[in-house]
Amino acid sequence: MSGAGDTISQRVEEIYRTESRRVLATLIRLLGDFDLAEEALQNAFAAAVAAWPRDGVPQNPRAWLVSAGRFKAVDMLRRRARFDAVERELANALESTTVDEASPPELDDDRLRLIFVCCHPALPPDSQLALTLREVCGLRTEEIARAFLTTPPTVAQRIVRAKSKIRDAKIPYEVPALAELHERLEIVLHVIYLIFNEGYSASSGASLTRSDLTLEAIRLARLLAALLPQPDSEATGLLALMLLQQSRQAARTSADGELVLLEDQDRSRWNRDQIAEGVALVRKALATRNFGAYTLQAAIAAIHAQAPNSAATDWSEITGLYDLLKKVDPSPVVELNRAVAVAMRDGEVAGLELIDRLLAAGELDNYPFAHAGRAELLRRLGRNEEARRSYERALALMGQEPERRFLGRRLRELGAPDSPRDG
Amino acid sequence: MKYLCLVYTEEAKLAALSDQEFAQLDRDSLAYDNEMREAGHFVVAHALQSVDSATTLRVRKNKLSATDGPFAETKEQLCGFVLIAAKDLNEAIRVASKIPSARVGSVEVRPVRELAEHEPWDKRG
Repeated sequence: MSGAGDTISQRVEEIYRTESRRVLATLIRLLGDFDLAEEALQNAFAAAVAAWPRDGVPQNPRAWLVSAGRFKAVDMLRRRARFDAVERELANALESTTVDEASPPELDDDRLRLIFVCCHPALPPDSQLALTLREVCGLRTEEIARAFLTTPPTVAQRIVRAKSKIRDAKIPYEVPALAELHERLEIVLHVIYLIFNEGYSASSGASLTRSDLTLEAIRLARLLAALLPQPDSEATGLLALMLLQQSRQAARTSADGELVLLEDQDRSRWNRDQIAEGVALVRKALATRNFGAYTLQAAIAAIHAQAPNSAATDWSEITGLYDLLKKVDPSPVVELNRAVAVAMRDGEVAGLELIDRLLAAGELDNYPFAHAGRAELLRRLGRNEEARRSYERALALMGQEPERRFLGRRLRELGAPDSPRDG
Repeated sequence: MKYLCLVYTEEAKLAALSDQEFAQLDRDSLAYDNEMREAGHFVVAHALQSVDSATTLRVRKNKLSATDGPFAETKEQLCGFVLIAAKDLNEAIRVASKIPSARVGSVEVRPVRELAEHEPWDKRG
């Protein structure tokens, strides 16, 4: 008995992991209320734990759970102290409608709807992130707080406010109409990329990566790519970009947690499966001829990923891609990256000239990587005193611990300054 | 569901329009009112006189004070409103985004809170 029970509870746990977000998405659509749906989901699983050891795991557990959740919600609504006319109507409607719970496409549409609700432009960006991680990915409030270096009450408050706004302003549970899809998809892709970046390059804090977030972002992008009514080149491009960046994960930090520059990385430790998948996706996105910034960045990452080493990298091609990127998505950071590529193609002096021009324009003056890049080129040119000043400026601006340690190491390697200082 | 679309503009920008442009904006606004009416979204809409013509009232301890104003710190002032009916926020955004004066200012879309007979203890935020 206990042996069979254990297997069943393992099955329930496994089904919870794989199905609970899908079931929740459908319950939110049916109930029109996030909190009620959460509660109904928990009750449905509690019912499963009670019923399945006795009756066996149903043929279609997902449909069973949606159905159980729906009836639990009816019970909950009727038990509410203030059971008003609106709730009575909802309870009756829930009881009488026959929902086609078994049809998987419908359930997948619900997950897509949920993504678009969580990333609705009427919600503030912080809430979009928190709500997406909570409702679509199923992360706990504490996990989200830890990932974004904030407190659980702050995250909880963002989520509560977002849910209130969804209810009060009546944000619909729908995939946007085709006319609006592109614009709305942009926000979704942006949210996914923010989640990825927060994991990949934490803006501050001790650890360089929080790989849970990068993996969640990749999972989300896959889900999105699979669910969209028609393929979108930028959704494909974003997935490719994240896979290609993630492929370097193991080589980005040394055994003792120190940052390793791209050119110094042990490329045998790059993840070949992720590279192969990423490169294939880039080709697919480029072939649409209707691509944007994510695809171009992915194309650049693909060139790096396929090069045997830094010297053998096709820097001309990379510079050309940055030229395109500059047109699609002009920004001083893109210009900076282009300047580095130019330095690799034409030599340090050419790159330095471009970076100095960018710094003179003022926009990058507080951007640590601009000073770090300048310092690196000066160091290679043997202009150590200027290099030191730029490293110091970069260090003063940098928030990430591993990056700070890297800059500190470079400064030490340059040796003592010409005029030694106290301390 | 009803949504109040509050149209804000910089009055200086409005004043800077040529007579022709101003007349065109009026014509476009009236035409869009009709379009919304035919689609069943229109409840009521009005443009407002300049904020210079406004009076602000306060009643404190049963005493009325009336002052010139508002003295808005913000650059944009309320210059008109459209009350619309829409099934949800997405539809409201679709309707409100075509309000002609959105081209010179901004439109704040606010869901209307229907007042109901409340129990004395029932306070909603």
